[in-house]
Amino acid sequence: MTKLKLDDLKKIRDRVHNETMLREGGATAKVTVHMGTCGIASGARQVMEALMEELTLAGRRDVTVTTSGCIGLCSEEPLVTVEILGQEAIRYHFMDKNKMRQVFRRHVLEGEIQTDFALGKGTEHKE
Amino acid sequence: MIRFRSHLLICGGTGCHSSGANEVKKALEAEIRKAGLAEEVRVVETGCNGYCAAGPVMVVYPEGIFYQKLTVADMPQLVGEHLLKGRPVERLFYREPAKKEGIPGMLDIPFFANQQLIALRNKGLIDAEAIDEYIARDGYQAAGKALLEMTPAQIVDEMKKSGLRGRGGGGFPTGVKWSFCAATPGDVKYVLCNADEGDPGAFMDRSILEADPHSVLEGMIIAARAIGAHQGYIYCRAEYPLAVRRLNIAIDQARVYGLLGDDILGSGFGFNVEVYQGAGAFVCGEETALMRSIEGQRGMPRPRPPFPAVAGLWGKPTVLNNVETFANVSPIILKGGDWYASIGTETSKGTKVFALTGAVHNIGLVEVPMGTPIRDIIYTIGGGIPNKKKFKAVQLGGPSGGCIPEEYLDTPCDYEAIIKAGAIMGSGGMIVMDETTCMVDMARFFMDFVQDESCGKCTPCREGTRRMLQILEKICHGHGVPEDLTLLEELAGMIRESALCGLGQTGPNPVLSTLRYFRNEYEAHIIEKRCPAKRCAELVKFVVNLEKCTKCGQCFRACPVGAVSWEKKQPARIDRAKCIKCLTCISTCKFDAID
Repeated sequence: MTKLKLDDLKKIRDRVHNETMLREGGATAKVTVHMGTCGIASGARQVMEALMEELTLAGRRDVTVTTSGCIGLCSEEPLVTVEILGQEAIRYHFMDKNKMRQVFRRHVLEGEIQTDFALGKGTEHKE
Repeated sequence: MIRFRSHLLICGGTGCHSSGANEVKKALEAEIRKAGLAEEVRVVETGCNGYCAAGPVMVVYPEGIFYQKLTVADMPQLVGEHLLKGRPVERLFYREPAKKEGIPGMLDIPFFANQQLIALRNKGLIDAEAIDEYIARDGYQAAGKALLEMTPAQIVDEMKKSGLRGRGGGGFPTGVKWSFCAATPGDVKYVLCNADEGDPGAFMDRSILEADPHSVLEGMIIAARAIGAHQGYIYCRAEYPLAVRRLNIAIDQARVYGLLGDDILGSGFGFNVEVYQGAGAFVCGEETALMRSIEGQRGMPRPRPPFPAVAGLWGKPTVLNNVETFANVSPIILKGGDWYASIGTETSKGTKVFALTGAVHNIGLVEVPMGTPIRDIIYTIGGGIPNKKKFKAVQLGGPSGGCIPEEYLDTPCDYEAIIKAGAIMGSGGMIVMDETTCMVDMARFFMDFVQDESCGKCTPCREGTRRMLQILEKICHGHGVPEDLTLLEELAGMIRESALCGLGQTGPNPVLSTLRYFRNEYEAHIIEKRCPAKRCAELVKFVVNLEKCTKCGQCFRACPVGAVSWEKKQPARIDRAKCIKCLTCISTCKFDAID
């Protein structure tokens, strides 16, 4: 691919910004598994595998799954963030395979937030 | 057929039965009869409602009110209020799990609310392996600004204005360092990133590299532009495989986009980065040793001057900064040095990332504005000390730093204030210790570490740290004499003055700071032959204190060699012939009953 210019950078920014905000591309939900070393050590890989299995089973194309790094609270890993279009993000802590399956089926697919597993809502990033 | 005005549907599923639905139903019917409502309301037992966890549950029609966790004692109120007076009993309402009220907002959680994110601005938000997501969060905008709109001198000025100081621990002003290197003439210059994070308990740099590798690359591009370098290396320890992998992916992606390589963003400026994996020697975090290691030689420090800004890697002018320092560069260029300088204290600007670990509730990574009292980091953000233990001290700066006791906990995060309190800012390792930590043992641990990691080039560090370690071991084993403390202080002073590099010069710090604040613990070991925290096995008697023993038998169950005998309602006894002094019983006992 050709080299970027500053304008291209802005284009990418605007396109992806929209995507990550779930506004485009038909995605209605995004699930982020936080996979830093701390997350992986406490089982994020298994959580991810369970999530991918569930996603395949559900056959939904409008759910995106992505990974990200540590959000800082290493003692409560594995952490998973679920964002549903038009709603505040929910962060789940101390996840495992079964909890992930339940969160996927009940929250991602049916919109019922699993309060018992949740750490918090929204984001800690102050803009 | 009687028409009832209200139907009470009480769940009769197995779940609710086992949580007492039957008794509740009987009590309910009795109350209804007592109130004379038997002709008006009807109690119906239904099948499982599904929400067994909150059972016994009941739905009242026509209102459709859902009651949960009912008990026999609730029935008089329920019948009296709801059925007689028509006032539903809110205290027994079922709370919808899907409702958000039960979940606190992220910013209502103290761990997150008290942080300010600059270096960690993208943590947990972006996919570290997708450059587009970094770009979406204004990534590489600062590089664009620095390359296309600013002169190298302006970049350096902006960095100087920001007041950013080296986050690796030294605290040298970054802008000043860059200006020295920019002023040194030369065609070939280098930008190095120190990712050889080695302090025990520190993981700030690893986390940044894993979560946001592009922020480091962008910082390096800007530094390269400022000093006129075209090649950079990231010296990352091989023990960080995930960080190395994500860095390499990030570098490849940046190359494809032309954000590394020749003619970046059409500016005519070219810069390349490679990852160099270190083999994990602690001393290679020292700048001159790190450079020798990249050159392919044994990682040993050399005397300074000449400083790296004048003659660094392969004798060329070099800028070496820490991961966190580079991660702070882009926001400074984008938002301006004045914005960054508005955060923090008089001499320490911006924010600092700490790896909070040890005896604290919320172990993890925190980024706070400079000037935040250490007490707030440990108690508000960290959630305090677990298991009802008392705080003893916090170790800052790893083996080069010192500890801060309770009475200095209000010290703000500020390079100078922390030095005054007897520790150093360091790279950000913050190990919290509770009353079960023996400070002599802690000093011994760090001295053992320094002694292990000493490269052996200079005598004070090679021999001096070994002597200090021997004395500390002697004290921990109960053979210490009062003169040892004077000897320790004398040795520490000499090593500090005469060692070649930072590793040796700062190595005695943990001993000096524990001697300053916890001299009584050293004296207890030497004079009373007693370890107050019961960590030094040679000084523990392993005798059960009959006054304190609650006869619970926990030590009996925990002992791996069967040296503890215990029977119900009898105090435990320790057979000292069988005891291997592993200290398991002491850490298991909740009542401090083993001396």
